[in-house]
Amino acid sequence: MRYGTTASACAALIRRDLVLTWRRRGDALNPAMFAMIVVVMFPLALGPEPNQLARIAAGILLVAILLAGMLALDNLFRSDHEDGTLEQLVLSPHPLSLLLASRIIVHWLTTALPLIVVAPLLAEMLHLPRSVLPVLLVALALATPLLSLLGAVCVALTVGMRRSGMLLALLVLPLYVPVLIFAAGACNAAQAGLPFLAPLLWLGAALALALVLAPMACAAALRISIT
Amino acid sequence: MNTLTLWFHQFGSPPIFHRVTARLSPWLYASATLIGFIGLYGGLVLAPADYQQSDAYRIIFVHVPCAWMSLFAYFFMAINAFIALVWRIKISEILAMASAPIGAVFTAITLATGSIWGKPMWGTWWTWDARLTSELVLLFLYVGVIGLYNAIEDRRQAARAAAFLALVGIVNVPIVHFSVTWWNTLHQGSTVRLLGPSRIDSSMLWPLLLLALATHVWFFASVFARARVSLLELESGKDWARSAVLGPGAAHD
Repeated sequence: MRYGTTASACAALIRRDLVLTWRRRGDALNPAMFAMIVVVMFPLALGPEPNQLARIAAGILLVAILLAGMLALDNLFRSDHEDGTLEQLVLSPHPLSLLLASRIIVHWLTTALPLIVVAPLLAEMLHLPRSVLPVLLVALALATPLLSLLGAVCVALTVGMRRSGMLLALLVLPLYVPVLIFAAGACNAAQAGLPFLAPLLWLGAALALALVLAPMACAAALRISIT
Repeated sequence: MNTLTLWFHQFGSPPIFHRVTARLSPWLYASATLIGFIGLYGGLVLAPADYQQSDAYRIIFVHVPCAWMSLFAYFFMAINAFIALVWRIKISEILAMASAPIGAVFTAITLATGSIWGKPMWGTWWTWDARLTSELVLLFLYVGVIGLYNAIEDRRQAARAAAFLALVGIVNVPIVHFSVTWWNTLHQGSTVRLLGPSRIDSSMLWPLLLLALATHVWFFASVFARARVSLLELESGKDWARSAVLGPGAAHD
């Protein structure tokens, strides 16, 4: 029996996932809608005072986007686990970590990218100063793939469970703490007129490390969950 | 086979582990209590009052050993988790999972005593300081490990998944600590050091070290106690477990 190359397997997987997402494209908007609704809650709770909102805008946006990404994590492997595709991936002769990496990339493209796209709109609603917006977008571009990669490791551990929502939050959020600190640190520094490059570079370094290690950890976790 | 490997292999066998720890446990509990009382007497009665904080500083005799234990328990759990995942040794899985709740309680005690001390000294129960925050994240990591372990039906698979999470967490602990230090710091630096002279008077140091020893011994006593129970649960179908619980002769009734 002959197998295709690993590259073609990954490409086929990416194509399949993108097609599946496209056929249910309404669902892809859900994380963005969720983030928007969470952001709307804050002015309602804190009052519409523009200066006060501007001061905490970056933090609120980051937390809202982080939570939206966390809720979207749940369907990273769910349908594939239910119909047995995930077991086929584990059994395939190609390196599982690469297959999972392509799956995570698609997940980032379909859930986190819409969030980054709506971020300027949300920032405007919270009166975030214009000068901070580019820093926020760069921080999001570096932080959201990191969140997807770290989250995928935890999702892989809970893959067989029926109701894993709260538990997943418990596993994922402690891992998200440093990411949030650096992303928010960069935005707050930019808002205060201080140098903001260092936290962004830390995020980039962490992303480079996670790109290599997280798919492997995810594969190891998946092999534990699927026996 | 040399003695150490032999010992390692024997200790990894459930019946022998059960027998050895059952014999060890009362001694560990007794010595931990004894050392603990000597340390507490030294700390609460013999040691002089602090020139600045008067008697309020004495809570460090509970706070600091528990804080050390909260980290030690995590390292113990992570080392056992590593052994469990790499060599699939059943005892290590059980030891790792047994140390999680104990470590969580030490972490909770650290946070509670810290805030009791913080109220008169800093004027607040809680501040978003680096050490406090990373201790809190450590508690969340413990709770995550315990939660994952309890959420999976199959005990051995649950232990492996939670062990993996513990290993992910051990990478996370220094990163969280570094990032929150960079973020905000108010807590005082370490006073007791392994390398170089400690910046604490010896009349206060010896009770502290005794109490640290007592908490370590207590940790092992209760880890072994928990491990024995879950080992009996896991092996309840086997002859040795039946005869260990019901007495010899009950195995073939």
